[in-house]
Amino acid sequence: MIITKSNLILSIVLSLFISSSHADEHYDGHGHEHESQLFHALWFEAQHGGGSEGDKTHIEWDGWIGGDYHKLWLKGELEGHKGKLEQSEVWALYSRNVHDFWDAQLGLRVDTQPESTRYLTLGFNGLAPYLFETQAHLFISDYGDVSARLKQKNHLLFTQRFGFEPYYQLDFTAQNVERQELGRGLSEGEIGVKLFYEITRKVVPYLDLKYERKFGRTASIARNADESEEDWIASVGIKLLF
Amino acid sequence: MKQFSRWLIAISAALLHFSAIADVTEYTLIIDREPVNITGKTVERITINGGIPGPIMEFTEGDEAVIHVVNKLDEPTSVHWHGLLLPPEMDGVPGLGGYEAIKAGETFTYRFTVRQNGTYWYHAHSALQEQDGHYGALIIHPKDEPVVQADRDYVVLLSDFSNETGQQILSNIKKSPHYYNYSQRTVGDFFSEVREHGLASAWQDVRPWGQMRMSPTDLADVRYDAFLINGQTNEQNWTGIFKPGERVRLRFINASAMSMYDVRIPGLPMTVIQADGQYVEPVTVDEFRFAVAETYDVIVTPQADQAYTIAAESIDRTGFALGTLAPREGMKGPVPDHRPRSLLTMADMGHGMDHNDHQMSQDDSMDHSGHDMHGDNHQAMPQDEPADMQSGWADASTPEGHKALQYSDLRALGTQTDLRPAEREIVVTLGGTMERFIWTLNGHKFGDPGFEPIKLNYGERVRLIFKNETMMAHPMHLHGMFVQLENGQPVEKLPNKHTVNVAPGTEYSVLLTADEPGEWAFHCHLLFHMSAGMMSTVVVAEYDEAGSPAIKPAQHDMGGHHDHH
Repeated sequence: MIITKSNLILSIVLSLFISSSHADEHYDGHGHEHESQLFHALWFEAQHGGGSEGDKTHIEWDGWIGGDYHKLWLKGELEGHKGKLEQSEVWALYSRNVHDFWDAQLGLRVDTQPESTRYLTLGFNGLAPYLFETQAHLFISDYGDVSARLKQKNHLLFTQRFGFEPYYQLDFTAQNVERQELGRGLSEGEIGVKLFYEITRKVVPYLDLKYERKFGRTASIARNADESEEDWIASVGIKLLF
Repeated sequence: MKQFSRWLIAISAALLHFSAIADVTEYTLIIDREPVNITGKTVERITINGGIPGPIMEFTEGDEAVIHVVNKLDEPTSVHWHGLLLPPEMDGVPGLGGYEAIKAGETFTYRFTVRQNGTYWYHAHSALQEQDGHYGALIIHPKDEPVVQADRDYVVLLSDFSNETGQQILSNIKKSPHYYNYSQRTVGDFFSEVREHGLASAWQDVRPWGQMRMSPTDLADVRYDAFLINGQTNEQNWTGIFKPGERVRLRFINASAMSMYDVRIPGLPMTVIQADGQYVEPVTVDEFRFAVAETYDVIVTPQADQAYTIAAESIDRTGFALGTLAPREGMKGPVPDHRPRSLLTMADMGHGMDHNDHQMSQDDSMDHSGHDMHGDNHQAMPQDEPADMQSGWADASTPEGHKALQYSDLRALGTQTDLRPAEREIVVTLGGTMERFIWTLNGHKFGDPGFEPIKLNYGERVRLIFKNETMMAHPMHLHGMFVQLENGQPVEKLPNKHTVNVAPGTEYSVLLTADEPGEWAFHCHLLFHMSAGMMSTVVVAEYDEAGSPAIKPAQHDMGGHHDHH
């Protein structure tokens, strides 16, 4: 049942993208002779560091393929702790340009860790005033529970290559989710800063310092389970643009 | 049918031949992809007859031009004759006006009568081939004695060269729109503003840019590895020889894909005699801002036995295209220092009334005469700001006492023939989003759903009003016809242009007589803007009441043909 539902969502996403990408005809100033041209971007980040509980490895990708108005958006995150995969999210979204700076997105997020859940995902990706890169998504799991995530970051320069990127992420749930040890309301948050140096626009090593903590009932669940509710994590990483 | 049309072409060509007794000037252009080494790195680029740029093509007014274009690429190509009056099927824009791309391995022969004289150029109108080397100069000599005499005559063709292909550049900008901008504002810039003008003022400066999600440093979208004069790097130093006291004609052509320049020859005033191939009353200047796809012919008269440096500095100040005028080979003059890079202001965004629009009163290179004609003169501002705050797109940092050419200085030589007022006005909105690198005319990318060609009745006189709603300048190029700049000069003196540079955040109007029937391309000549959608078509025809072109007026068509190999 679960598989069928998520396959259905995935095929809707793909068919939305494929049918609409025809609308993204690319005209390059020489009449009507060219087929639509696809562009793409993929940011890949790998970082390794440690917090109070030991080493942490984090891999993240965020990218798209498509035209100006319709894109297939793919992203995901993997987090390992002491050699064990602790968190795994893979997203596939249809992304539609709805405003100069905003895309509306619809698709699927598949988690395998900490526990296997599929989410119908909808939201926005874009650039908020003051150049905050923003991702805001709502998730409906295949168990029916509803959650949301807001992520923002900003890109500031000391020199033309050396700069910093402050960021934060907030996770919310609309109900208690015992299975995931989450309490209703603001459940988890993180805030951090990356200090980067752009060797080229496509190769960017960085240092990352992040504070993360759990909130409210989620925090007390963690305390009761004798798990830490907050942590500081310092990492070294590299960001690549393909 | 094919046979028949061949016959028709042959007969009409023969007839025209007899009636006009025109000289035939014939050229063969071989378009190929070859290794070139311009910056020290060998890369595959498009060559014309083995070189970048292609050969200088010379014609005499009244000639029958016969040009065989051999496509040795593995993709379709085309050649557009920039600024030439000719039948639309000879204009060289694939898919428009009956012209089709020249397929890989094929040869196409262009045939048309040369109806004008002056300095023009030619380039590909296919994909991003122009960026990759597909361009050259085209000179048409007058039939009779030239209006302006010169002892020497040189083409000075500027271009921008990248070690990346046009396709790689476009892909990178689509990934990250500020990919090539290494002059962005830093935290340090903010704090020095705070030190100089206080926190409130510094915040006032950055706030609107943040709100609009734009950057005051967007002067050029692409950073180049070299700027070239006649295909030569600054080290190779293209040199034009003169004897002191000689009158030297320099035919400046900006064949760059994306780069605009401030052009000067320190120590040598330049007398502008032609703009876009059309004679203007001589005007002597120290420098001129040179938009992509424009041409200016100037006369210089070097008196001293010394080298003079032709310095074309890109407006983002990332480099110079340098050449030399010298009495002997092997000489080099001093290279001028870089001028400061302008920062865009809110006025460049058309938000002139905010707090920070200092430059409008001083420069008239934005030239609001188009505005004035529409009674819209709100940009005039008292000059009460300190000099160090002067900035904005039009600020070329011209030294005091030096004269920079303004569009308003251009007066047609002789008089215009069509003095009718415009029968109607057509607004052309120049729009776009830097963050997505989408560029539009009237809100649409070329060929998008909702895209509409601009329909003109054959013979009518119209005013085109360019409204630039973006923070970049757009050199708007109309194929097939000249427009007249409404630059404040009397109507009989309005200068002809094929390319009109519309400064950021401004409005500019031109007049047009729709006397060349057919379908014509109309676009921003920044190559990557055109490629990203900033293009439209102008269709000149006799329309019926339903708005469809009823009768196609007769065209001066000599026909061309495709050869298959």
